[in-house]
Order: sequence, then structure tokens, then C-alpha cells
Amino acid sequence: MSNILPPQLARKMYSDMFRIRQFDTKVVELVDDDLIPGSCHEYCGQEAVAVGICGALSDKDILTSTHRGHGHTLAKGGDVGKMFAELFGRSAGYNRGRGGSMHIADFARGIFGANGIVGAGTPIACGAAHKFKAAGEPYVAVSFFGDGAINQGVVHEAMNLAAIWRLPVIFVCENNLYAMTTPLRDVTILEPHERANAYGMATTKVDGMNVGAVFEVALSAVERARSGAGPTFIQCDTYRYFGHYSGERHMKTTYRTQEEIEKWKERDPLDFWAERLIGASICSAQDIERMKREVDEQIAEGVEYARQCPSPSPQDALEYMYAVNYPYTPAQGAEQ
Amino acid sequence: MRQLRFLQAMNEAYRQVMAEDDSVMIIGEDIRGGIRGETKGLHAAFGDDRVLDTPISEAGFTGFATGAALAGLRPIVQFQVPSLIYVAFDQLVNQAAKMRLMLGGQADLPITYTIMVSGTRGGNAGQHSDNPYPYLVHAGFKVVCPSTAYDAKGLMIQAIREQDPVVFIASAMSLPQKGEVPEEIYTVPLGKGQVRRPGTDVTVVAVGHLVPEALAVAESLFEQQGISVEVWDPRTLLPFDRDGLLESVRKTGRVVIYDDTNRSCGYASEVSAVLGEHAFSSLVAPIKRITRADIPMPYNPDLEAAVLPSPKQLDQAIRAVWSYAK
Repeated sequence: MSNILPPQLARKMYSDMFRIRQFDTKVVELVDDDLIPGSCHEYCGQEAVAVGICGALSDKDILTSTHRGHGHTLAKGGDVGKMFAELFGRSAGYNRGRGGSMHIADFARGIFGANGIVGAGTPIACGAAHKFKAAGEPYVAVSFFGDGAINQGVVHEAMNLAAIWRLPVIFVCENNLYAMTTPLRDVTILEPHERANAYGMATTKVDGMNVGAVFEVALSAVERARSGAGPTFIQCDTYRYFGHYSGERHMKTTYRTQEEIEKWKERDPLDFWAERLIGASICSAQDIERMKREVDEQIAEGVEYARQCPSPSPQDALEYMYAVNYPYTPAQGAEQ
Repeated sequence: MRQLRFLQAMNEAYRQVMAEDDSVMIIGEDIRGGIRGETKGLHAAFGDDRVLDTPISEAGFTGFATGAALAGLRPIVQFQVPSLIYVAFDQLVNQAAKMRLMLGGQADLPITYTIMVSGTRGGNAGQHSDNPYPYLVHAGFKVVCPSTAYDAKGLMIQAIREQDPVVFIASAMSLPQKGEVPEEIYTVPLGKGQVRRPGTDVTVVAVGHLVPEALAVAESLFEQQGISVEVWDPRTLLPFDRDGLLESVRKTGRVVIYDDTNRSCGYASEVSAVLGEHAFSSLVAPIKRITRADIPMPYNPDLEAAVLPSPKQLDQAIRAVWSYAK
């Protein structure tokens, strides 16, 4: 156990990771039960990345997230009940039922939103970072994206902008090895962090199944950003336990072997961290069990809360398009 | 009153709003150089943090502006050529335009997109001659298309002050326009069209740089034929001043729409549909549209002329609707 990680935070990290695990495990069930319309992209397996990175952030730091974003929002302090309410499409949800899984945001906590387009959050994080830098505010912007995004042009544009303007941005590439079903090794010669290195910024690769290791690199990236020394690219090697999205387990897919999945599960970030906490006498096995029970209660309460929240009224469907509406704008589909 | 060119009016709007509001910044390619003049002097006055010259990364700087807006700034994004917006289309359409609704109103996006030299300047062929506003209206952007130097300044200031994304179309052929422009800060409201020339027989809806052409055709038809043409300038394309247009059409009963975008699903299609739905009983002649043809702009000047809407076509269309029901 590293000495830069305070014991209290180390314990909280376990609890935060377990919350993400249980949240998205519940999500799978709720998609099957049709309580969640559409589908979701579960974060299970990757918990150490979101929790390790967000452990190094303050409330005023911001992040942009991905289609697989529940973990980022929860790790940054997102409320379980408001998240479930959003997934259920209810008015009490974060986005008042207008966004769902792929757009959950919580501006009060600096969560600038999940995104349905791969890599699209990277320049958005740069723009927020520019505001911090120009205003002399000591905050940083984190942009999460997957290995698939490393072949998206706008990600490279954003990395270059961050580098030339020395923006307080941290690019976090969650390398779970597959862009949907396409293996990273088939679509790029160099590793993501090697490609980022070409932009002239600090880069690093870390074991994305070890929350403590992720936290340490995040902390030095945050320090670098706050000190005005510019962006960092962190490649976190990790793995997703579920398919690309909820529906995938009902399909016959062959792009990953069961053996590969089991091999990664042996390095489960939660089991690994529980062992470390117990080994370092930061927690007892009973403490772990108690944290788990508390999280399970939160999840159950969150689902129950969301279930009883009302849906938005169809007559309000056009709300929130503009801050200021004008006559006949936005237009209804049938003229009044 | 003092006369300014359209470009100078834009420059004055930028300067005055940036001076009054520290949160306004401008980003794009070759802003500091300011070759054409609309951004001249901004960098010297407001510095690196507020006047950002970018690499050639349209998607990157467009998304950058979205993030800056979400964090509390009020960015102006300048596209040097209209068709460059297509390179940034995800960041415009999927991100900025949809974001406020998708967020359930958690944040506003007070961004102004200036589209320079929109339309055809002559000899610029397929990738430098578009008027992309129908796409942008369709995406839900508020879109303004001023035809005078006065409106250029007033609509630009209003666009920057809006809490929503607004696209400012700086038509290539409007840039040399000269007119009276007050020195002080003023705004022209969105959603208010203007009668540029009153008339009683035919309403011509003319968009952007076609307004002066329509005025010239109207004058000559009045002199030659005694046809009294009302020229109506929508000024802002979304929101659209439906009530203002209906007032004119209920008086004249005849309409020609003169617009330099494609015939199919172009801006004239929408104006025509609005009239069909809301002015049916006032119309005494079929609505006519004079538009751009449905092809990319060819290079050869004669072919270009054959594709663009022309004063001659407008003249004939006005005569046709006028004689349809005298």
C-alpha cells in the first residue's frame, strides 16, 4: 500500500468500486425487465480506472465521460437515485429523463456528461480546461475515452490543442482491448500512450485493475496540470466483464474467449483491492462486508426511489431545447 | 450617420461585446491575422486567452468552444469558409445543438458560430460555395442571415448575448455592403423580419445577399410594369418571423421566395410550407420559388450562373404570379 494514499480514501475506493459494480450489475437486470428503455454499456471490470482517477480530483475539477459512463459519474460522486431515475427516464433524473445512460451529467459535480459519440468529449474537456487556465483557477479537466477512440480524428486534434496550449487536461484512455468487437491490436500498430507521446505531452501506462496504481499516476497528472505544466495522457489497461452493451449477452459472440474473460476476472479490481486493504490492516474482512451491505442498501433504495418517480409529461417534450424560446420555436410536429 | 461596411460592422460588434463582457472569446483559424478584416485588432486588444488562433482542426476547436461554454465562457467560433462546418459536423450537430435538451437544461451553450464568405463568390467551385444554413436550421441552431451592415452589427451583438447557440451567416456577397451603422452598442432582435420595400401586389421573400438584388428587380418592375412589389427580409431564419411574413402575404396574396439554397429541402421549401399551411386562403396565385439548383457549384462561370438564382428568374416569377390573378 502506497504511503501517498490515505487509509480513509483507500477504504472509500473499495466502497466506490463496489457501488459501480453493483449499480451496473443491477442495470443489466433492469434492462431485461424493461424498466430501462434502450440499452446500457456496463462498466463492470473497469471500476479501478474511474475510482482511481476521480480519487485524485476535487469537486470543482470536471470530467467528460463516454457511452460506458456510469462508473465515471458514480466515482465523481453522482447520486445513485438520480442516476437510476435518469435511466428510467423520469423527471427526477439528472437530465430530467431527456438523456438516459449515454448522456448522464451532473454539472454541480463537474460531470459534463457521458457521450454517445466515441471520442467526442475530448475537445470539450480542453475547452473547459482553457476556461480554468484563462481564469487562473487551479482546476483540471479529465476526459475519459476507450481504446476505440484512439483512432478517432477529433481525439488527436484535442490532444494537440491541449499540448500546444499547455492546458490542464488529463486524457484517460481506458484500454479494455476491444472497440465493440474489434481488437485494438488489429487497428493500431503502436499502443495508445505511444501515439499520444507524439504530441509532446507526458504519457504513462498503468495497470487499470489496480486502483492504487491508477490513483498514483492520476495524482501526479493532476499536480502537473495544476502547476501549469500541461496535459497528461494515461493509458489504463483494463477489461470489461460484460459485452459492449447489455444486449450482447443474448447474442452469440466469438470475439472474446471464455478463457480470456476468466483470466481477467482472476485479476478482479475489487478482490485485488480487498486483499490489499486487509493485508495492510486498513480494513478487516468484516469492514469489507459492512461496506458491501451499505452499498447494496443504497442500490436498493436508489432503484426504489427511481421506480416511484413520475415520468415527464408528454406535453413537455419540447422543453429544454433552448434557454430562450421564440414564437413557433421549437416547432411541434403537428401545427397548432 | 456614419457609414460602415458589413465587415467593419462585424468587427465593431466583436470589439464592443468583447470589451463589455470578459467571458466572450473568439476561436478559429487565422483570427489574429484577420486578413479579411472582421477580426482585425482583436488579438492586440484582448490577448491570447480570448483570441485563439487554432491549428487546422475544425472538429477540435468546435468542441473546444462547447467545453468553454459549458464551463462559463461565451465563445465565438469562426469558420473561414462555409463548407468547413462539415468537418466539424459531429461537434456541431451531435454535441452543441443537442446538448441542452439532452442535459435536461442543466447547462446553457451561449456560442456564436460565424460562417464567413457564405455562398458563392465566383469561381470557387464545389467546396467553397455553399450556403449551409438549411442544415443548421434543421439541426436546431438559431440562425441569422443579415443583409445590411446595420443588421450585421445588431444581429451579431444579439447572437453573442443569446444563451443558446446561434449561427451568424456572413454572406460573401453581403460583405462589401455599406450602410448606416450607429457607433453605440445596439441589438437587432431574433425572429423579427423587415419590410425592405413596401408594396401591394407581390411579396418577395429574399434571404441575405439576395435582398439588394430583389430590391433592384422590384424597382425596375414598378417602373416598367407598375407592379408594386413588397420585399420582405426575414433577417433571422430560426426563429422565423411567421407573423411578419403572413402580414405581408395577406396584403399581396402573391409570393415569390428568392433564396440561394438548394431547391429540395432548402430554406425556400420551409417558407413555402409555412405559407401553404397558414396563408392558403389569402393566396391568389401559386407560390413560386427561385432557388439554387440541386447540384454542387460547378466551376465554370457560365455554369455557375446557370445554377444560382438570378434577378432575371425573379423578374419572370414576379410577372408570372402577378399575371396569374391580376
